[in-house]
Amino acid sequence: MEEGKPVSQSVQQSAAAYSMIQQQFGSAVSPLDANETMPFFEVVETARWVEIAHFMRDNAKLKFNYLACLTGVDYPAEEKVGIICNFESLALLDHKLAVKLKCQRHGGSLPSISCLWHTANWHEREVFDLFGITFAGHPEMRRILCPDDWEGSPLLKDYKVQQSYRGIKVPY
Amino acid sequence: MQELDTVGQGSVRVTRKSDKLVIVEKDLATEQMVLAMGPQHPSTHGVLKLECLTDGEVITEAVPCLGYLHRCFEKCCENVDYPAIVPYTDRLDYLSAMNSEFAYAMAVEKLLDIEIPRRVEFIRVLVSELNRIASHLVAIGTYGIDLGAFTPFLFCFRDREIILGLLEWASGARMLYNYIWIGGLAYDVPADFLQRVREFVNYFRPKALELNNLLTSNEIFLKRTHGIGIMPPEVAINYGWSGPMLRGSGVKWDLRRNDPYSIYPELDFKVAVPDGKNSVIGDCLSRHLVRAIEMEESLKIIEQCIDKMPSSEGFNSRSAIPKRIRPKAGEVYSRAENPRGELGFYIESDGKSTKPVRCKARSSCFVNLSAMKDLSKGQLIPDLVAIIGSIDIVLGEVDR
Repeated sequence: MEEGKPVSQSVQQSAAAYSMIQQQFGSAVSPLDANETMPFFEVVETARWVEIAHFMRDNAKLKFNYLACLTGVDYPAEEKVGIICNFESLALLDHKLAVKLKCQRHGGSLPSISCLWHTANWHEREVFDLFGITFAGHPEMRRILCPDDWEGSPLLKDYKVQQSYRGIKVPY
Repeated sequence: MQELDTVGQGSVRVTRKSDKLVIVEKDLATEQMVLAMGPQHPSTHGVLKLECLTDGEVITEAVPCLGYLHRCFEKCCENVDYPAIVPYTDRLDYLSAMNSEFAYAMAVEKLLDIEIPRRVEFIRVLVSELNRIASHLVAIGTYGIDLGAFTPFLFCFRDREIILGLLEWASGARMLYNYIWIGGLAYDVPADFLQRVREFVNYFRPKALELNNLLTSNEIFLKRTHGIGIMPPEVAINYGWSGPMLRGSGVKWDLRRNDPYSIYPELDFKVAVPDGKNSVIGDCLSRHLVRAIEMEESLKIIEQCIDKMPSSEGFNSRSAIPKRIRPKAGEVYSRAENPRGELGFYIESDGKSTKPVRCKARSSCFVNLSAMKDLSKGQLIPDLVAIIGSIDIVLGEVDR
């Protein structure tokens, strides 16, 4: 955050919401990165992710009923891949918060939150398709945009496209 | 009746003969049948395939299969500079390219933290709202065709053509504009543009009413949409619905009002939600009505933009465009209200490169479509067509 700039109201709201989560889960979550464009925290103990997400959705003072976006990101320098979830309390408390989770780069796995937000179902399938993260507890963990028998995870930075697909030359 | 009891488990077809039921056929096959709709099916609005498990006329499960139009937009973005992504965003939702450009430009501007001249903001809103009307005209017109009403489609495309003509005059392209750039616009609008837009608004207002009457006074259209595909508001939010879909379920949520951006806070318009008098809240008809009302609200916004637009004197549409677009390290999730719902861009910059590290488009159609499995359960096959039409998908945005 830049010095001298007043913290906007939306970031204050996010910080208030975060402090409740932090009180409940302590060291399972990282400190809040209160930047102006997208305040976020990271879930360090990924095994507790469903528990934290459930708390975020159902606590009367948090009520994050809307999962706006779930994105995969590649961190090749750390040998990790991760997801970013943008939550919002739609038409209720009007605050926003982003959550990050990371797992190992190849064959990594994270808990699925599709049991809490229906919308996570397809988002997680997309992340599985393009980044290769499997989501434990997901009802149908299969590719969604690429064909089922496609090889590799296209959005990883070091992705090399396969030479041929069903006898058709792929790289042009 | 006794005869029937002896038949046992197998399914039979019976007929009535002088107060007695007589079996005509025995042991009819009752297993479920897989019916593939698409990808080459006109009512799926593009290359969507639905694998339907049917029990007679009733759908037990409809699974959407996507990806026929997948171009890996996000991988492309990682390989080009920030300004070069704008034409790619046109090709997401190609029916409302202006709105997609607007959403993307805003996301990068948030990362850059730059001020935009007021006239640029007004022109952006003006062309986006024009594009919103054009997009809703396609949605409403093709929805009529899905349900057997051909005339509204012709009306819609006649009027849409005028809008495309106007936007072509401003940008040079009919559908994929590359007009809204990061920090500005490709060009200022032509000299008589505002006058011509005002003429269009005056022309279109009665036409919109006529179009609306043509559909909502049509008994067949009402029968096909009323009470079909009902989505309760809580479930809609849980599914991440946005735009006319969410408002059709009675949630008064519009990003232009609830998370305002650009000059929308200065403009007077109402958020369209169904009142439940003519439709069941959350059904296909409600979603159609929301789009119809939104067109009129867009006309209001356009008129206000023309009235309040700062003069073009000494105006340079490219004055605020940075020489080199290289945002400082950081990330942003920014969204805008598109005709089909919330289009969000997640952009991550490492502060060194002129290319984004990650650029993700959160597509509204993709999310809205994900509820298909629940929406279609227990519906009749013709109703499935009505439901898909009411979601108003553009496969360019679903598959990206």
